[in-house]
Amino acid sequence: MSELTLDVQGLSTHFFTRAGVVRAVDDISFSVPRGRVLGLVGESGSGKSVTGFSVIGLVDPPGRITAGKILFQGRDLTKLDERDLRDLRGNRIAMIFQDPMMTLNPVLRIDTQMIETVLAHDSVSRSSARERARDALGMVGIPSPEERLNAYPHQFSGGMRQRVAIAIALLHRPDLIIADEPTTALDVTIQAQILAEVQKLAREVGTALIWITHDLSVIAGLADDIAVMYAGRIVETGRVEEVLDRPLHPYTHGLIGSVPSRNARGQRLRQIPGMTPSLLNLPPGCAFRSRCPRADAACEQDPPDSHPLEGRTLRCFHPQLEMVA
Amino acid sequence: MTTWMLRRLIQAVFVMLAMTVIVFIGVNVIGDPVEILISPEADQAERARAVIALGLDKPLWEQYWRFLLGAVQGDLGRSFVFNEPALKLIAQRMPATLELALTAVLMSVVIGIPLGLYAGLKPDSIGGRLVMGASILGFSLPSFWIGLMLIMVFAVQLGWLPSTGRGQTAELFGVQWSFLTRDGLAHMAMPAFNLALGNIALVLRLTRAGVRENLPMDYVKFARAKGLSPNRVVFVHVLKNILIPIVTVVGLEIGGLIAFAVVTESVFAWPGMGKLIIDSINVLDRPVIVAYLMMIVVLFIVINLLVDLLYTVLDPRVRLETRE
Ligand SMILES: Nc1ncnc2c1ncn2[C@@H]1O[C@H](COP(=O)(O)OP(=O)(O)O)[C@@H](O)[C@H]1O
Ligand code: SF4
Ligand SMILES: [Mg+2]
Repeated sequence: MSELTLDVQGLSTHFFTRAGVVRAVDDISFSVPRGRVLGLVGESGSGKSVTGFSVIGLVDPPGRITAGKILFQGRDLTKLDERDLRDLRGNRIAMIFQDPMMTLNPVLRIDTQMIETVLAHDSVSRSSARERARDALGMVGIPSPEERLNAYPHQFSGGMRQRVAIAIALLHRPDLIIADEPTTALDVTIQAQILAEVQKLAREVGTALIWITHDLSVIAGLADDIAVMYAGRIVETGRVEEVLDRPLHPYTHGLIGSVPSRNARGQRLRQIPGMTPSLLNLPPGCAFRSRCPRADAACEQDPPDSHPLEGRTLRCFHPQLEMVA
Repeated sequence: MTTWMLRRLIQAVFVMLAMTVIVFIGVNVIGDPVEILISPEADQAERARAVIALGLDKPLWEQYWRFLLGAVQGDLGRSFVFNEPALKLIAQRMPATLELALTAVLMSVVIGIPLGLYAGLKPDSIGGRLVMGASILGFSLPSFWIGLMLIMVFAVQLGWLPSTGRGQTAELFGVQWSFLTRDGLAHMAMPAFNLALGNIALVLRLTRAGVRENLPMDYVKFARAKGLSPNRVVFVHVLKNILIPIVTVVGLEIGGLIAFAVVTESVFAWPGMGKLIIDSINVLDRPVIVAYLMMIVVLFIVINLLVDLLYTVLDPRVRLETRE
């Protein structure tokens, strides 16, 4: 087994709101080996972003990591103090956010926002920090990076801004990048370009990548492994081709059925009926049971982790083990 | 940039012209200065002589025309009371008011922003709530009452600060200033603080609101995800965004402070323009009233211009050419 950059074990992150406890992330486990891409998939509100923020240590009150380990290169991040976490953030672990229009500070120039990132972790001169910023911009395909360093965010298009954010994430050649739906807000062509570039960069640098998305079709061409999240839990993991070819969990099954490209032309998309349950005061048992065609009385209990096939984990009492036609 | 400046200047000229008309009609409506200036025992001939001397015998439009002709040559008429150029009278008093108002602005920023940051970063702490509570008092207590209380405590009871006058002054650019001497500063402390109080509360609340509004924004989380120190996130990333509304509001408040200085100047016997204008209104000294109002208009125009310029420095998204 290759060395693990990230190994998350039994992580729970809860929000203690006035209305009650929101179990945004509830006892999840997954790992990302060095240089590999994990696709974290699930409907909106399933806890993907909270998972990302938990790893990088940016869960804000009333939220708190309540259980579990986050082993990053063997160190448990949940045990580190803020000072040590800050040394890792933006340095060994970087994050890219969903909305490129909001991630950059509107009133600071690009060079300021890049140079400060270099200087936060390395004691180098301003001019060499600037050179590094310029090279990073060039690397993500921004034309005439030297001039663009002097620009403000509003002078860039959305796609270009996301490239800047990616360039910032790459400044310290991090060991782990968490990309939280970084292409969702962009149009399809730019999305494809950015996907290809990030994939190439990750491979060249040997970075482990967590690519969060609600869009299975993005994952198919990009990720090595996949983790499917539902209502704060990871319900299924495995190699991406295997899971897409042979989904075991009824929810994964439904997700794949609702991807347009996988349906024959003219055929109606099979939407999963029902709605994501509220994570506030979620009752015990399988959270998917109100929408699940296979649910029965057993599903009132929490389904345990199982390994029905080689290299797969699953949380379901009645997995779809028979091959589908 | 130059076309923008040019357009602003032309606008300014029209604003001033409109002001002269309004002010001129206004002072004529208030009352007849002859009634006040000439002793009741004066006979008809004396009255007529006085009216001619003051130029009040001419029709209103001619008085206005003569005023305009003088104004473009920098002559706003002579005070009926002091028999001195009105502009000179005001210019003598203006430094006192200006330094008082500007010190008050400085105080509101230097005190208001740090307190606002604190209250915004720690909204649930006792200190944060205390600051917010105090700011409500700063808004709602009448300025003259606070002025009197300040005098009671710091001048009468404790005897720490002088309560009247400008104290010792020193010359700079041919003008006397209090802020250049220790004694002058001591004299300015209470009136400036009194004048600043409302604005401290305003800046504080603006800053706090800005912090609360900006902290949950993605750019703050991204800055933290870059591994920046909390100080850099707050004092560079957040503060620079908050400064935009603060500069706008504070800039526009300067004009208000100068106008409000009337009350503070009366309480602390500060010899500024406010005192002069009150006296002039009482005796209907028209040239001084008109000249004062013209000065205030010019001041507002200059302040607005500076605020707009500063705004573009702070907010890169705003470009002068594209603004109306
Ligand atoms: N600050 C917060 N306070 C309360 N609940 C929150 C907070 N942030 C996130 N949550 C909850 O966590 C759940 C998961 O959110 P999120 O991770 O953003 O979902 P995703 O990224 O998968 O769309 C949501 O149901 C949301 O209600
Ligand atoms: S545990 Fe039961 S309800 Fe949940 S997904 Fe499996 S079959 Fe459906
Ligand atoms: Mg999300």
